[in-house]
Amino acid sequence: MIKIEKLHKSYPIGKDSLHVLKGIDLHIKEGEFVSIMGSSGSGKSTLLNIVGLLDIHDQGNYFLNGQLIKNMNEKKAAILRNKFLGFVFQSFNLISYKTALENVSLPLYYQGVSRKERQESALNYLEKVGLKDWATHLPSELSGGQKQRVAIARAMASQPKVLLADEPTSSLDDKNAEKVIELLTSLSKEYKAALVIVTHDSRIKEKFINKITLI
Amino acid sequence: MIAKLAWKNIWFKPLNTILSVVLLTSSVAIITTLVLVEKQFEEKFTKNIDGVDLVMGAQGSPLQLILSSVYHVDAPTGNISYDSAKVWMQHPFVEKAIPLAFGDNSRGFKILGTTADYLEKYEAKIAEGKIFENNFEVVIGSEIAQKLSLTLGDEFYGSHGDAAEGHVHEEYAYKVVGIAAPTGKVVDNLILCTIPSVWQMHGDHGSTESENPAHEEGHVHVEGDDQDHNHHHDLTLDEPGMEITAVLLKFRNKMGIVTWPRIIAQNTKMQVASPALEVNRLFSLFGIGIQALQYLAYGIMLISGISIFIALYNTLKERKNEFALLRVNGAKRMQLMQLVLIESLLLCIVGFIFGTILGRVSILWISASSEQDFKMSFNPYEFLWDKEGVLFLLTIGVGVVAALIPALKAYKLNISKTLANA
Repeated sequence: MIKIEKLHKSYPIGKDSLHVLKGIDLHIKEGEFVSIMGSSGSGKSTLLNIVGLLDIHDQGNYFLNGQLIKNMNEKKAAILRNKFLGFVFQSFNLISYKTALENVSLPLYYQGVSRKERQESALNYLEKVGLKDWATHLPSELSGGQKQRVAIARAMASQPKVLLADEPTSSLDDKNAEKVIELLTSLSKEYKAALVIVTHDSRIKEKFINKITLI
Repeated sequence: MIAKLAWKNIWFKPLNTILSVVLLTSSVAIITTLVLVEKQFEEKFTKNIDGVDLVMGAQGSPLQLILSSVYHVDAPTGNISYDSAKVWMQHPFVEKAIPLAFGDNSRGFKILGTTADYLEKYEAKIAEGKIFENNFEVVIGSEIAQKLSLTLGDEFYGSHGDAAEGHVHEEYAYKVVGIAAPTGKVVDNLILCTIPSVWQMHGDHGSTESENPAHEEGHVHVEGDDQDHNHHHDLTLDEPGMEITAVLLKFRNKMGIVTWPRIIAQNTKMQVASPALEVNRLFSLFGIGIQALQYLAYGIMLISGISIFIALYNTLKERKNEFALLRVNGAKRMQLMQLVLIESLLLCIVGFIFGTILGRVSILWISASSEQDFKMSFNPYEFLWDKEGVLFLLTIGVGVVAALIPALKAYKLNISKTLANA
């Protein structure tokens, strides 16, 4: 599903440049669970952004679903993101003036799904994360754990092939973190999506067999 | 959905939005009002001078003569002798001459002594009854019939001069014998009778008032000291030594239009004025004021454009994260650009609609007061497709220009950086 060969990425800092990713090789198969770990500044989020087509690499090859990602224009990147990728962020990133249901149905809108279908589907995903009764609530009315569950439902709504989660549990307590991990893994299994989690949370580390550590 | 998103975003900062809409609304309202009033005003003024080449009256301001005798909105310049006027009225150059004698008023509506030609000139047909023939028979304009609820056969007294609360002449009652069909011209708001009616009404106290002409300027009365000849028999147009207020002249030979103003000014105590010339002068005077107001309105529109720009630019900073999220969820760059543009256009369309409505409300208000003062009403329901259409496009243009930079910023948003800083 994801194949990365000798990937390099640098950021300019003043006159110098910071070489963050130095020749990464990575192969993630369909339905595989991978955790990316590493200390702060080791390039975990940069790697995730490149995989998520939110950033571009300098050198090396990146194949998503067999397609070489190179010199891709934004329009095409947006289509691929919408079709293949789901995102879960540390800070939930829900749109504040939209209800839980509207937040979940957002990716479906960009897929051109009809209004009625969007609503039905979004409600179905909210039910899967146990928040059907909270569908009409705004993010401000939800707890941290609930917000992250809405974010997971949103990420899954477009039935992505890869679910990318950037520190999904670091702002949650143990009980909620447990629930979020459980949801991420079970839903990924159910929809046969690869799950890539960037984390330094030991609660996650233990549950993942495939680990990549960036130095 | 994009429109819905845009609508919700507009209310993200309600005060900014309200300020932008209020500014746009006021500029559109001012422009709409000016455009409509100017157009209808010109239309009304031009409509009433059709078929009048020159107006003959007492010396004084030519504009005042035109305003008083054609539009009935100003006091007359004075009276002229009917005998000397007749000399010119019968001149071979003249195709038609309509004498006017200003009399009294009934509840603020002017009673005008004239001939049947006056109705013909304004193409006013008699809707009910017949034309006035005998003294104190009147034909009333369509608006008057409605506003004063007068019907055929009704009788009423006139009050002296222009003021509704003037001295009431109870010697003679006017009798409604005809009601004119609506014309959209001044005749709708006039009460018309024979000229001798006006003379006869004032004959009994003519001499005292003629000693004080300033007080009675333009209101016709009998000259000299012959005070009691009129009580017992009806006066006719052939009565010698009488006064009228003005004569509307239409020329057969157009040379007269050019030569008469000088000839009459040099040889008589009268003047002739050209309505077309005077009205043009009036419009050019108005024009300066209208233009100044229009510049003001365009200035307000420019400020509203700047206000929209600042509002969009500021909220964009705060909404960067949300925009990045929309992108992560599959929104294309163009869609974000559209979102910002639609927000701006929504504001402009709302401003235009409110402005158009407010403009018409102000025309209703202006119309009510001008109706009261000058018997001139404006139609708020008219839509000038050409001018208001251009105004709409201009408003949209302001919206597009204001949104341009914010829309480009939304287009160029760096998602990974934005989300990393969230």
